[in-house]
Amino acid sequence: MLLIPCPHCGNRPELEFRYAGEAHIARPADPSTTSDQEWAEYLYFRSNPKGLHIERWRHVSGCARFFNCVRDTVSDKILKTYPAGQPKPDLAELVKEARQ
Amino acid sequence: MSDVLKRRSAFEGLHPIQVEGAVTVAPTAYATRFSFRGDAKAASACSKGFGVMLPNALLKAESDNGRTAISLGPDEWLLLAPDGEVDALEAAIEKALDQHHHALVDISHRNTAFTVSGPKAETLLASGCLLDLHVSAFPVGMATRTIYSKADIVLWRTADDTFHVELWRSFVPFVWGLLEEASSEL
Ligand SMILES: [Zn+2]
Repeated sequence: MLLIPCPHCGNRPELEFRYAGEAHIARPADPSTTSDQEWAEYLYFRSNPKGLHIERWRHVSGCARFFNCVRDTVSDKILKTYPAGQPKPDLAELVKEARQ
Repeated sequence: MSDVLKRRSAFEGLHPIQVEGAVTVAPTAYATRFSFRGDAKAASACSKGFGVMLPNALLKAESDNGRTAISLGPDEWLLLAPDGEVDALEAAIEKALDQHHHALVDISHRNTAFTVSGPKAETLLASGCLLDLHVSAFPVGMATRTIYSKADIVLWRTADDTFHVELWRSFVPFVWGLLEEASSEL
């Protein structure tokens, strides 16, 4: 079973978690001045990369907190998890660390 | 039809689970339970009203005088106390929390609990629990929400060979049935 490092609880079995989509997607601050295209991009368009993906997870059967996770969509390797609200990590830096 | 609400145990009608010299699963007494949400300042104020220091560190249980506070998450605690203390405790905690943003919810009747004890307690729980339950990885005083099979539980180790399991009362027949099944293989 995949072990996911919750930033609050440490390594825990994947069945305790729920996936919650791409992370760092900010809701437009002023929806009334947002164009249909911009709104559609916010709602539906995601990066869907082959490789490193920054995504939200929720440790629902644990501390129940949402957090963010950098995962390689090819190998499933998790490079980093961090509490929600923290800024995006530098992906190039993470790759360098992972190679060491 | 009775016009008096009768309290009914979630364990009524279930077979006892006991394997001689190995493990005993036993329902615990009715209890007062609260879910508490708030930041560190609110938690420290809540400690004064509750009479037990709410642990700052995660996944810890702190007990005193028959009351227990369990830290489930960075801003969430489960508070346990003897049966019948809801009104008095709620008043005391709300008074202490006067100036703090928080949520205090009475879940006494939503949850119920049982203990699993004996030299095979770890083995029996491992039938549906995914965590490493060895005392070196899950020491006495550690507590966390996790799952048993598909049911959410709060697992708290109260002694080397004893666990307290909190769960929603509607999950009792499901969890009990699986434990009964697993206990036949001990
Ligand atoms: Zn967690």
